[in-house]
Amino acid sequence: MALLEIRDLSVEFATAGGTFRAVDGVDVSVDQGELLAIVGESGSGKSVSMLAMMGLLPWTATITAEVMRFDGHDLLGMSARQRRRIIGRDMAMIFQEPMSSLNPCFTAGFQIKEALRLHTDLDRRARHARAVELFEMVGIPDPEARLRAFPHQLSGGMSQRVMIAMALACDPKLLIADEPTTALDVTIQAQILELLTTLQQEQGMALILITHDMGVVAETAERVQVQYAGQKVEEQPAIPLFSTPRHPYTAALLAALPERATERRLPTIPGIVPGQFDRPPGCLFAPRCRFADDRCRSTPPKPASPELGLARCHYPLTHAAEAEA
Amino acid sequence: MSVQTQAPAQAEAAPALVARNLSRWYEVKGGFLGKPRTVKALSEASFTLHAGETLAVVGESGCGKSTLARLVAMIEPPTGGTFEIGGVKAQGEALKRLRTDVQIVFQDPYGSLNPRQRIGSILEEPLLINRPDMPKAERERRARETLALTGLRPEHYDRYPHMFSGGQRQRIAVARALMLDPKVLVLDEPVSALDLSVQSQILNLLIDLQERLNLAYLFISHDLSVVKHMADKVAVMYLGRPVEIGTRDAVFAAPRHPYTRALLSATPKADPRQKRNRIRLEGELPSPLNVPPGCPFAPRCWKAQPICRQERPELSGAPTLAACHFPEA
Repeated sequence: MALLEIRDLSVEFATAGGTFRAVDGVDVSVDQGELLAIVGESGSGKSVSMLAMMGLLPWTATITAEVMRFDGHDLLGMSARQRRRIIGRDMAMIFQEPMSSLNPCFTAGFQIKEALRLHTDLDRRARHARAVELFEMVGIPDPEARLRAFPHQLSGGMSQRVMIAMALACDPKLLIADEPTTALDVTIQAQILELLTTLQQEQGMALILITHDMGVVAETAERVQVQYAGQKVEEQPAIPLFSTPRHPYTAALLAALPERATERRLPTIPGIVPGQFDRPPGCLFAPRCRFADDRCRSTPPKPASPELGLARCHYPLTHAAEAEA
Repeated sequence: MSVQTQAPAQAEAAPALVARNLSRWYEVKGGFLGKPRTVKALSEASFTLHAGETLAVVGESGCGKSTLARLVAMIEPPTGGTFEIGGVKAQGEALKRLRTDVQIVFQDPYGSLNPRQRIGSILEEPLLINRPDMPKAERERRARETLALTGLRPEHYDRYPHMFSGGQRQRIAVARALMLDPKVLVLDEPVSALDLSVQSQILNLLIDLQERLNLAYLFISHDLSVVKHMADKVAVMYLGRPVEIGTRDAVFAAPRHPYTRALLSATPKADPRQKRNRIRLEGELPSPLNVPPGCPFAPRCWKAQPICRQERPELSGAPTLAACHFPEA
């Protein structure tokens, strides 16, 4: 059984202009010790779906799902209090802005020990020893001194390490990393990604990596799910996703990467992601898709077979190389 | 010093931009009873940029690339060194006139447009200030012309910035920069706030405009895959100093400075099958308040020898200029 199973998750926000559907029928499933990447542009609902599962959305959000199960617990029928016993212990999350995720009024040590105090029965001394151990594990030099440091005394890369140490405090079964390296420099990004993948392999922890960076996906992920405008449009293991994308959106996105360019002019995707008031009736990508026909514009497509990457498209791409084979 | 590149068409004309030992140091208070200290945000940057060319400046945060952009755009004066725009030295009386020749596009198109101004008046404001004699009808004609040039529609003239997406706003910011017919465009991370599908549209626009208007671009970016696509020349900066300058092909194919190599190897490639051979850099960027003596990169460098910690290497060598005592062959 999968560690995390979400089926048909939808999140709607009540806004002044009516309801806005940020997540639209998304399925997520992650096995123990697996690394799943969720990739998409802004507005694709990749963060919101994870926040919904963690119960971190404001009251304006309405969350509906057929199944939302984590490690044998049914998250749907759970009260907020029950959910908080799991969150921070078995399931933890780190965010994009390490600087603003830490409370500036408390030392890094206080904040990491808070998680231990709430979720474990370690005494003071044992909590301190565990905090030092965690800081060493995530590669923070001189952990005793850094435990006494306030967040403003730490660099961006160091703050993100503190966040990771805090998330790992209770040996979670699942770590959700929401754009963990977007705010960091490339050399620091490389360090943090390596740290996350090493921890995932050594601790047998499942990792969901939310990102918009195709390079990061290619270098780390085992399985990738692509989201567009709140829907999952494709899911494939990383290697076939990059060589044989099935959904025209994935293909167009990959073609738009400057490093894949063959000419001076880059291939573009015309138009922009649909917003609250211009969601098309058929396929959400149809207005920007170069293969779209009348059927695409009128009927929403269903996901295709797993061989075709579950592509949410009437006409999933088949590739020339396969036709020859 | 200049970099060998294929001679541009108008090699006889003065280069669009020449920088000689540009430096910008800031004095910061040392706190209560503390001595004031100096942040060397930028030291001794020299380069030449011809019309129709793109010089990309890459490096991590704190390397001085945005300071360089601000100096060249004449937002603040250098504390050392000089630069020339089209052969005219940028100082004293000439500054006011030269400012129209250099325009800047900022990273965040949400912060750089006034939400209370219509697009038309955003575009006409540079003319209103710098060409006070121009009649209103002429200003409007020019604004509409530039709208079309940057791929926007005529009806956008009367709209407000909040009605546009990020990519369209960046087009507006580019249009505004073009209103005074500049020779040099400083692009400070022009696409890093944009989504991938929109990023390629803006990059294509910049390529089109450069070909059509023969603009010189000073392209500041941290994204090496974008730089590789756009640049003719690349300057890699570390802690306020250029550590390697060369043609794009030379820098990407055979980087000579260890930092350039590390930066290239740290950039994720969108190909899961490619074998990773990553150079792992230990530690973080030192604070620009206490730049290490000798080579600034020495504390993180795997090749550092005693001489690296004592003596600062000068930019030298070929095919790229590298500031390293032990450059790669």
